[in-house]
Amino acid sequence: MFVPTRRRFVLTALAAAVLPVGARAKPAEVEALIRAVTGGVAPMPGRVVLDVPELVENGNAVAMTVSLGADVPEGAVLTDIHVFADGNPRPGVVHFRFGPLAGGAKVSTRIRLATSQTVHAVAVFADGSCWHDSVSLLVTLSACLDD
Amino acid sequence: MVRPLLNVPREVRAGVAFDVRILIQHPMETGLRRDAMGLVVPQDVINRFECAVDGQEVFSATLHPAISANPYLAFSAKLVRSGTMVLRWVDDHGVEASESVAITVV
Repeated sequence: MFVPTRRRFVLTALAAAVLPVGARAKPAEVEALIRAVTGGVAPMPGRVVLDVPELVENGNAVAMTVSLGADVPEGAVLTDIHVFADGNPRPGVVHFRFGPLAGGAKVSTRIRLATSQTVHAVAVFADGSCWHDSVSLLVTLSACLDD
Repeated sequence: MVRPLLNVPREVRAGVAFDVRILIQHPMETGLRRDAMGLVVPQDVINRFECAVDGQEVFSATLHPAISANPYLAFSAKLVRSGTMVLRWVDDHGVEASESVAITVV
């Protein structure tokens, strides 16, 4: 079927306006995910440090660093760090795993944030203990929704 | 895939942590975007990244669409013996790529 370009544009614009924008993850969903990685226990505050800016100008590339704080006892072995974002369409952000040759637990990357929200980091140690840090931030230009 | 930007020291000291930094060119399509025709652009992200030295794991990551386009990762490693570091990653289309670097412990 031939559809003139202008009509096609109008149809596309209408479809985009009517279709719901991807549903947001909810804090409860993130809580369930955190419990899934901790084996059901609520993680304790401390040990892991999540470093993201509190005011984000561009949600498409937000510098994020996770590391361990000074309160980690000697001999504690970190195995995993999980990062979740409770305002993104999908809450999972990244999962880091540290092997026997890891030189430390500091990892930096860049993430996308769809809206103002809370970002969570959960660290799992070899002894099974889980620790948590979170940052609530403001996003002025969101990822995902444009283009 | 285009070669990544990789920053790894060729010579390290035994038992002293050093940084590994990598920037991989990849669109990291979220699967949430629509093209000009209103069709959903299918998800295509690097979902797995692994770093090992002579088969022993250093660091690995499971990435979701919330990782920015052209993913950047910085982490650290610690060696006691010289070896070959292999960095390997795969995307949703099953495209695999890897880089290896010989590291000498001095």
